[in-house]
Amino acid sequence: MADLRLKNVTKSYGAVEVIKGVDLEVAHGEFCVFVGPSGCGKSTLLKMISGLESITSGDLYIGDDQVNEVAAAERGLAMVFQSYALYPHMNVRQNLSFGLENLKTPKPVIEEKINAAAKMLQIDELMDRRPRDLSGGQRQRVAIGRAVVREPRIFLFDEPLSNLDAELRVDMRSEIAQLHRQLGNTMIYVTHDQVEAMTMADKIAVLRSGLVEQYGKPLDLFNDPANIFVAGFIGSPKMNFIQGELQGNRLLLKNGESIELPEARFHLKDGAKVTLGIRPNDIAPGSDATHGLNANIKSVEQLGGDSYIYAVSDMGDNITVHRPGQVNVSVGDKLLLEVDVDTTHLFDTETGLTLRKNRTGNTSEASAQ
Amino acid sequence: MAKAIDFLTRTRGHGKLHWTDWFTYAYLLFGILLMFGPVVWLVMSSFKTDAELDRFPPRFLPYAAQTVELEGYSKPLPLYKVVSGELAGETVAQVRRIGLTSQVVRLDAPDQIVKIGLKDREPIERISIATENYTNLFSKFDFLRFFWNSTFITVVATVIMLIVNSMAAFALAKYKFSGRAAVMAMVIGVLMIPQTVVLVPLFIVTKELGMLDSLWGVIVPGAATPTGIFLLRQYMLTIPDEILDAARMDKASEWKIYWRIVLPLSAPAIAVLAILAIMWRWNDFLWPLIALSRSDNFTLQLALNSFQGEMTTQWSSLLAMTVLTLLPVALVFAFLQKYIATGIASTGGK
Repeated sequence: MADLRLKNVTKSYGAVEVIKGVDLEVAHGEFCVFVGPSGCGKSTLLKMISGLESITSGDLYIGDDQVNEVAAAERGLAMVFQSYALYPHMNVRQNLSFGLENLKTPKPVIEEKINAAAKMLQIDELMDRRPRDLSGGQRQRVAIGRAVVREPRIFLFDEPLSNLDAELRVDMRSEIAQLHRQLGNTMIYVTHDQVEAMTMADKIAVLRSGLVEQYGKPLDLFNDPANIFVAGFIGSPKMNFIQGELQGNRLLLKNGESIELPEARFHLKDGAKVTLGIRPNDIAPGSDATHGLNANIKSVEQLGGDSYIYAVSDMGDNITVHRPGQVNVSVGDKLLLEVDVDTTHLFDTETGLTLRKNRTGNTSEASAQ
Repeated sequence: MAKAIDFLTRTRGHGKLHWTDWFTYAYLLFGILLMFGPVVWLVMSSFKTDAELDRFPPRFLPYAAQTVELEGYSKPLPLYKVVSGELAGETVAQVRRIGLTSQVVRLDAPDQIVKIGLKDREPIERISIATENYTNLFSKFDFLRFFWNSTFITVVATVIMLIVNSMAAFALAKYKFSGRAAVMAMVIGVLMIPQTVVLVPLFIVTKELGMLDSLWGVIVPGAATPTGIFLLRQYMLTIPDEILDAARMDKASEWKIYWRIVLPLSAPAIAVLAILAIMWRWNDFLWPLIALSRSDNFTLQLALNSFQGEMTTQWSSLLAMTVLTLLPVALVFAFLQKYIATGIASTGGK
């Protein structure tokens, strides 16, 4: 059963449409991440789910109930805000109990729930402190605690880690993931950081300018992006893009070089303008000119365990190459880079859509543009 | 403590006094004199007898003539020292004064009246505090009545004003509704209208509502002030919306958000407004003068005014009551003044 369902949901501020028709289903217990560049509408979408923003058109279902007009308080959700939004004049205990008091929970029950949550989040020592006396990470825990004690149907997280330093962010990331396993609730998590999305999510929805570009499991998005945007957004370092034109089963580059593509994997149409997408892992210095590409090395990063080669092709495209282990190249070298055509991606340059055949693992393809 | 002394006695001349130090101290002393001079003079004068108040040139400390009770005289007689003439050097009591001569008696012979010139004697005086100025306020005048009226008006009006203003400010700061900008513009517009302009319409409205000559007639017209709304709204704008959203997610009603979240968070601004409101109300003179006519309803300010008659002014009572009227506001200010500083300084940064 779907815990949360969005049917062609839109949101406009006057004439400006910020959410342009989103269809989405989140199953019970799933950890769903909304990811996208800033301004893509992901936070707005979350606020619409929470009830803090109204829905212009479309339907929102929580469980089996259509909740478009239901007030935020009545939807039974809990939210963790980007700025934590703790009540500055209350101590941690009061912060945690405020919601329960509003629900008219009996005092002993409140006490019990708060203590359990505090223990789980390791904030039981901080109960009498005010938010301003807490560190960023502690505030974060209290904010999560405030959501946990309410025992909501769905947790909503609005970029909860963006105010933390890098180290703490990694810790909290795994803690939230663990919390999800422990509680088993549905969670919806908004972030602009694709690493957070990849590491935490059961399902990722990639948003761009008010539309869901692709919705699926993290690795499906990585292995089989529906379009150039998703391909470029998911994965770090970013995917390399090289433009060219199809000639039979060969991709003709501007400088006359060509790369042979397997017809079994792609819909190849003679003369079509296409973009080849190569993950940094799927390209390596080699000797096979049929899948090769000449490039100059701009810089090399040797991390010992991993190496990154930053090169520029003859057409001026930046190409990042990731190799495990160490490489024996140096800046200024001319190099033939061999593309692994069995794992590359091919997109129509005009529509941006993938040209791949036999696509796998796309349970819900939201952006059939 | 040592640090404080160090700070207070710090000079520019490193041990010696630079001319700027002299200048600074002189300037500060001048300031103190300017600010506290009148108040100190008022307090000193409030302890003077009527005779001493009429004296010219005035003296700083309250003096009173020394008196003595003699047999055969119903009232105590003032003592004088004779400086010239045949009784020179003796202390005498004056029975009465007639023109330029004074009829006096020696203390050891109270029934023998001697006539001496006015210039031959000097009064014997000592510092004396005329506490009757204060006790009269309670015995001859209904000071407690006026004090109660003033207190009632100040407290009730301040409380009503704070509630009304903060609710208006909350709506104007945190809700989006059509016409919000227009309402805000009107509030700010009202700021620019002087009170004297609306005095007559206000009087008519108050009269029609039947609140004239009652304390409510003073309280209600000032229930919402544009200054207060503006001040609180500006402060409430600095409360992040996310906190209110969090409270909404926590199932708090809008009233509860106002009462439990917005009000406590606006405490510094509310304290500032409370101080201002208390001072406005307590010192208000014009509107109570218009609205109140029975002396039963008089506030302290009006009572003070009534000491000033057409022909005479009861300076001793007037001064004593002025001192008592000053005290409560001074105390309120002393206790709450730190909030003014913090309230004005902490416009937001949490």
